[in-house]
Amino acid sequence: MNITLKIKRYQPEKDAESRFQDFKVAVEPTDRLLDALMFVKRNLDGTLCFRKSCAHGVCGSDAMTINGVERLACKTLIQDVADKEDAVVTIEPLKSLPVQRDLMVDYTHFFETYRIVKPFLIPVKTSDKDHPQASLEAATPQIQGEIIQTPEERKKFDDPTKCILCASCYAACPVVAETDPEFIGPAAVVQAARFVFDSRDEGLEPRLEVLDDPHGVWPCENHFNCTRVCPRGIKVTKNINLVKRTIKKFKERSD
Amino acid sequence: MRKLQKHEFDAVIVGSGGAGLYAALEASRESGKRRTAVISKLLPIRSHTGTAQGGIGAALGNIEQDKPQWHAFDTVKGGDYLVDQQAAAILADNAVQAVYDLENRGLPFNRTPEGKIDQRRFGGHTRNFGEAPVRRACYAADRTGHMILQTLYQQCIKNNVSFFDEFHLLDVLIEDHKCMGIVTLELATGTIHVFHSKAVLIATGGFGRMYRTTSNAYANTGDGPAVLARRGVPLEDMEFFQFHPTGIRGMGILITEGVRGEGGILRNGKGERFMEQYAPTLLDLAPRDMISRAIATEVRSGRGIMGDPAGDDYVYLDATVLGAEVLQKKLPDISDFCKTYLNIDPAEKPIPVQPTAHYAMGGIPTDMDGRVIADSEGNIYEGLYAAGECACVSVHGANRLGTNSLVDLIVFGRRAGQHISGFVDEADIDRLPGDAGQNAQKILEETGAQKGDEQVEKINKTMTSIMMDSVGIYRNGEELDKALDQLRSLRQSTENVHLSDTSQAYNTELLEFLELQNLLDLAIVTTASACYRRETRGAHAREDFPDRNDEEFLKHTLAWLDDGSVRIDNRPVDLSIWKPKARKY
Repeated sequence: MNITLKIKRYQPEKDAESRFQDFKVAVEPTDRLLDALMFVKRNLDGTLCFRKSCAHGVCGSDAMTINGVERLACKTLIQDVADKEDAVVTIEPLKSLPVQRDLMVDYTHFFETYRIVKPFLIPVKTSDKDHPQASLEAATPQIQGEIIQTPEERKKFDDPTKCILCASCYAACPVVAETDPEFIGPAAVVQAARFVFDSRDEGLEPRLEVLDDPHGVWPCENHFNCTRVCPRGIKVTKNINLVKRTIKKFKERSD
Repeated sequence: MRKLQKHEFDAVIVGSGGAGLYAALEASRESGKRRTAVISKLLPIRSHTGTAQGGIGAALGNIEQDKPQWHAFDTVKGGDYLVDQQAAAILADNAVQAVYDLENRGLPFNRTPEGKIDQRRFGGHTRNFGEAPVRRACYAADRTGHMILQTLYQQCIKNNVSFFDEFHLLDVLIEDHKCMGIVTLELATGTIHVFHSKAVLIATGGFGRMYRTTSNAYANTGDGPAVLARRGVPLEDMEFFQFHPTGIRGMGILITEGVRGEGGILRNGKGERFMEQYAPTLLDLAPRDMISRAIATEVRSGRGIMGDPAGDDYVYLDATVLGAEVLQKKLPDISDFCKTYLNIDPAEKPIPVQPTAHYAMGGIPTDMDGRVIADSEGNIYEGLYAAGECACVSVHGANRLGTNSLVDLIVFGRRAGQHISGFVDEADIDRLPGDAGQNAQKILEETGAQKGDEQVEKINKTMTSIMMDSVGIYRNGEELDKALDQLRSLRQSTENVHLSDTSQAYNTELLEFLELQNLLDLAIVTTASACYRRETRGAHAREDFPDRNDEEFLKHTLAWLDDGSVRIDNRPVDLSIWKPKARKY
C-alpha cells in the first residue's frame, strides 16, 4: 500500500523553526514504521535524522510521537497507524524533551532524573550522611553465593524491571508538560520502584531526599498517560502510587 | 577543517555493552584513583547486550548436579575443538563467581522455590560430558541481557564513571606495538575528539549487519575490529559466524533458545520433529550450527512449511507444548514479539522461524587478560585490550554455545578491567603522536568532498546479499572466491559515494557511511578467511570440503587486511586438556 509520512523536520544549522515534510512511501501493512523511516533515509532524503538500534522494541532508541501518541517506531506496524491506501502518518519528536535535529531529542535532563533516584542496589542501611558516596561503596557485601530471595519477593518488583528508559512516559506526562516541568517524571519513579520493592534493598531512606520532594513522586495526578503509552506494558501509574504509599507508611512509622 | 578537542584519561573504554561496562567497573574501583572514560556511539543502555534473552551459563548446580569442568568441556566440544582449552576452563570457572557478583549487585534473576537463582536447559550444555541436557542457564525471564546491562550501568553510575555518549570511533593510535589512545567523532557537533590514555579497551560488539537477515542491531557494525584491521592488527577466526536457528521468519528477530530449553520443538512441513534425524541425544537442544544446518537441509529437501526448496522457506518452532503459564512466567518478551510482529499467541500457534545471522565467533585476538595479540608468536600490543563479541580469546572456537556470549562478556570484560587497573597504576602516559587526529581529519574531509554517483543503500544491499547467499550457513570455494572479488570492488566503490548531508551536527548519514565501510572491511576479512579454511568445522560448512580436517586445519586463522587484500597466518590451538574427538550429540 502507499502511505504518506508527514515528518516534522528541524535542522538547527539551517532552520529558524520546525516544518513538516511529506514523503510518499510504498509499504506492507506488516512493515515496522521504522522500516518506512529507514526507506526514506536511505532512498529519499539522507539528511533525515532519528535514532534507532535494536529494531525490535528492546533498546528504547526510537521513541517518537506517532499520530500524536508516544510509541517506538520499531514496535509500531504500519497497520497499527495507517488503515487505508494513501493514509497519512504524522511523525514528530517526543514532547517535553528539547529537539536536537528532526526526530532526535536531548535526553540529558531525562537521564539526570534517572541518576538522582540512586538507581542501584543499596543492600545495607547506609548511615553515613556526610559521606554518602563512601558509605554506598562500602555497602556492597562480599559473600559467597546469592542473596536468597523467594519467587514471591522477586515478583513484587518484576514490573519496573522491564523499563528501557525510552522516555515515552515522560513525554506523555501532562504534569511534566503543563503543571510542573521539574517533576522527576514517571520513568524516574519506576526506576526507584524497581529498588524500593526489591527485598534485597535497604535504600528507601537515602532515596527519600529526591522522592519525597515537592518535585518527587507527589506531583503525579493519576492521568494514566504513562501507563497507556509504555511500550513495555509497565503499570507506571500503579508503581508511582505504590511508591507514594510506601513513603507515607515509612513516615508514619518514623513519626 | 573540523574542531579538534583533546582529553587525557588513564583508561578509555570503547563500547558500553556488557564487556565495556564490566571493565569500566573494575577500572573505576577505589574511587577517583584511575581516570576512566566510557565512549559509546549510542545513548546509555541502548547497547546490544540488552537484547540477549535466554540466560547466562554457570555451573551453580542449584537444580541438579553440575561442575565447571563439564561446562568447559561442553564449550570445547560445542566449538568443534577450535577452542583454547585453558581459556574455556577459566570461562566456566569464573562464570560461577561472576553470576554471584551480578546477583549481589542487584541483578533480578528468576528464583527457585527455595529462593536460589533458577536455572534452565540450553543448547549443548550437558551433564557428565554429554550424557544429557543439564540446567545451567541462570536467567531473568527472557530479558537476561537487559538485566545485565541495566545492573552494570547502575553500578557505573554508583562508581561515577565518565560517559561520552554518541561518540563514534574513527581511529586507534598505535605506534611500535604501543597504544596511546583513540580518535572519535562527536555526533552532536561533528567535533573530532582525541582521547590520550595509558590503556584502551575495545568492546564494540558484533557485526551481524553485514548479513541481510540478522538478529543484530543497526549499531552492530564492528567499528572496533575494522579500525584495528586498518591499523595492521590481525583478526582471528573470522570465518566462523553463527546463524541462530530461530529468528522470526523474514525479520531475523531472535526467538531465544530458552523456548527449546523449556521444551519447545522444531517441526518441518510434514509436522516431523526433524532433529531426531540429526542429533538423537540432544534433539532440539543440539548446538546452533547443527540445528541451523538441519533447518537449511530440511528446506532444501522440500520439507519446509511451504515445501518449496527454491523459495524463502521456513520451519515451525512449536511452543504450544509449554502452555500459557510457562510462557507468561519465563518467556514473556517472546510472547510479546510474536503478538507484535506475527499477530500470533505462541501458546496457541507455532512460530514460523528461519536461521538468522547472530554472532561472530572470531574477532580481535586476545590473551586471557584481554590483551590484544599482534602475531602468530603471541606477542602483544602494550596498552591495547579487547573484550566481548569483538574479541576472540578464543572460547567459542568454531561455534559458540548458547549463553556463553554473556559469560564471555562478564568473565573477560571483568578480567580485562582488572588487568587494565594493574597496568595503568604502573605505566606512565606516553607522548601523544603529533599528528593524532590528522588521519581522521583527512578521511572525513575526503569523504565530504566525494562526488561520485554510488549510493550507500545500493552498496549495503549488495554486500548483505553476497554475505547471506555466499558466506552463509553453507559455503563453497567457487562462490567464496566470487564473493571476495565482488566485496573488494564494492569497497572501492565507496570512494565514489556522494553524501547529501553536509552539516557537522548530528550527521547520521556520514555515520552510516563510515559504518558501511567498517562492515565491508570485515566482510572481506571474513570471506578471505572462509576461502582459506578448506574444511568443515562448527559454523563453517564447506560443501566442497564436507569433513573436519584436524591434520591441516586444527589451528586458528589470523588475517591481516592489507589495502584490500588479506594475508593469512595461523596460531596454534590450546589442546592441553581434552583430545579432539568426532562431534556427535
